Amino acid sequence: MPAATMVERNLMIYRHTWPLLLAEVFEPVLYLLSFGVGIGHLVGHVPGLPDPSTGYAEFVAPALLATAAMNGAMNETTFNMFGKLRTDRTYESILTTPMTVRDVALGEVAWALLRGTLVTAGFLVVVTALGLVHSPWALLVVPGALLIGFAFAAVGLAVVTFLRDWQDFQFIQLAMLPMFLFATTFYPLDVYPRPLRVVVECLPLYQSVELLRGPFLGEAGTGLIVPVLYLLALGGLGLAVAARRLEGILRT
Amino acid sequence: MPTPLSVPASPGVRHPALRELSYWLHLWRRTWRGTVVISVANPLLFLTGIGMGLGQLVGDRADPALHGGSYLAFLTPGLLAAASMQNAFVDAAGPVYDSARPGGHYRAAAATPLRPADILHGHLLYILVRLVVSAFLFTAVATAFGAVAPARAPLVVPAAVLAGFAFAAPLTAWSVTLDRQAGLEALFRFVVMPLYMFSGAFFPLSQLPDAVEPLAYLSPLWHGVELCRSLALGTATAGGAALHTGVLAALTVAGVLLARRRYERRLHT
Repeated sequence: MPAATMVERNLMIYRHTWPLLLAEVFEPVLYLLSFGVGIGHLVGHVPGLPDPSTGYAEFVAPALLATAAMNGAMNETTFNMFGKLRTDRTYESILTTPMTVRDVALGEVAWALLRGTLVTAGFLVVVTALGLVHSPWALLVVPGALLIGFAFAAVGLAVVTFLRDWQDFQFIQLAMLPMFLFATTFYPLDVYPRPLRVVVECLPLYQSVELLRGPFLGEAGTGLIVPVLYLLALGGLGLAVAARRLEGILRT
Repeated sequence: MPTPLSVPASPGVRHPALRELSYWLHLWRRTWRGTVVISVANPLLFLTGIGMGLGQLVGDRADPALHGGSYLAFLTPGLLAAASMQNAFVDAAGPVYDSARPGGHYRAAAATPLRPADILHGHLLYILVRLVVSAFLFTAVATAFGAVAPARAPLVVPAAVLAGFAFAAPLTAWSVTLDRQAGLEALFRFVVMPLYMFSGAFFPLSQLPDAVEPLAYLSPLWHGVELCRSLALGTATAGGAALHTGVLAALTVAGVLLARRRYERRLHT
């Protein structure tokens, strides 16, 4: 499969820069310690959870994991890809080989997924070591993060084709920061007034958090169907838009 | 985006450091709208998301360490000081590193009658201007939100600027000698972010485990957070304010002195 060659190329480059992956685990851990431990004492228990003994750190941890999966995938397909697309023009040389634009797109998404899985696994190890995992269902978090990674990598791939220069990355930040803050990362949906809840429920990060929080807290049920379908649809849409637009950029 | 390297001749500008300042201001003319949007949007998002949202969970269980007020009132001045540090990083790390590299703007400036110290002072003045603008906008937003008492706002702005500038000066000294971009990212992840999270901006340091708590008091940002918070909440004592201001001022002076030597070495060899 030619897309695998793209992954292989990235692997060869990452041989030298793998500490970056460790650094990516470091950030959610930092947030977990600061918010989970520091603010956790101020919060006490989180209202609206099935098990009232759930601590604040356990509530925040899966959301931080979803955010890390989102950020890792988005960074890979926006930031790193923009350099290859516009500055280094890596793809133009790749396309003189038998590789097609579709192979490149799939390869980059596959690579973003692989990276995301490593980061997720690392975070899960840390969280388990901190004693925040109480159920074997928490293992479902790994495939869940994979799906989140897929959806956001595809979205990033579509978004990167619209960026004109490095300044435009500000707009990505302007969309991702509010999502991070408002998608029930730090407090449950009940905090919002009714109409706002609907808006929050439509956010892709909210669906991602829902996908991970249930299994992490030990309950995996039919409620997971909606987030799974949502993320699959989002990823498919992103991939379709990206393939079409990349074709236009790289083949003209 | 290609940027002009020449400073437009303006007859009023005499001091060489002001020429360097006018260079940076000239560049800023193209991007100020974006930076203002970010400076206003960022505090607005954090204040609503963390301050009001999470504040509802903290609610009336409020800890005595919050000084009896709401979580939003506790968080806002801390966040202001922490944001000021982050702004200092944005302005004093990447741009200094880029300018000091071969082919960078400092090299061009050093080929004119400007001395390395002039270049440093001019750039620091520019960072100061940016910190003042950001702190002012943040405080204005927070005051409109009701998170800071209007009467105390004028005291909080200079405190936040000092908190940021105490980082900007040593940062320039560090960035100017840097050879690899990876150093910037490492500093952000392993120094700036941990300081941001654990300097008392988001929660009172008494919440930390006893073994870690004393370490957190070594954070220079903690002094900035405490200064801003005590002024904003009206709990400031003369001794406390003098101590925090003194630490931050000492950091600034040490940073400027160190940076002067390093600029000299880097640009005049």
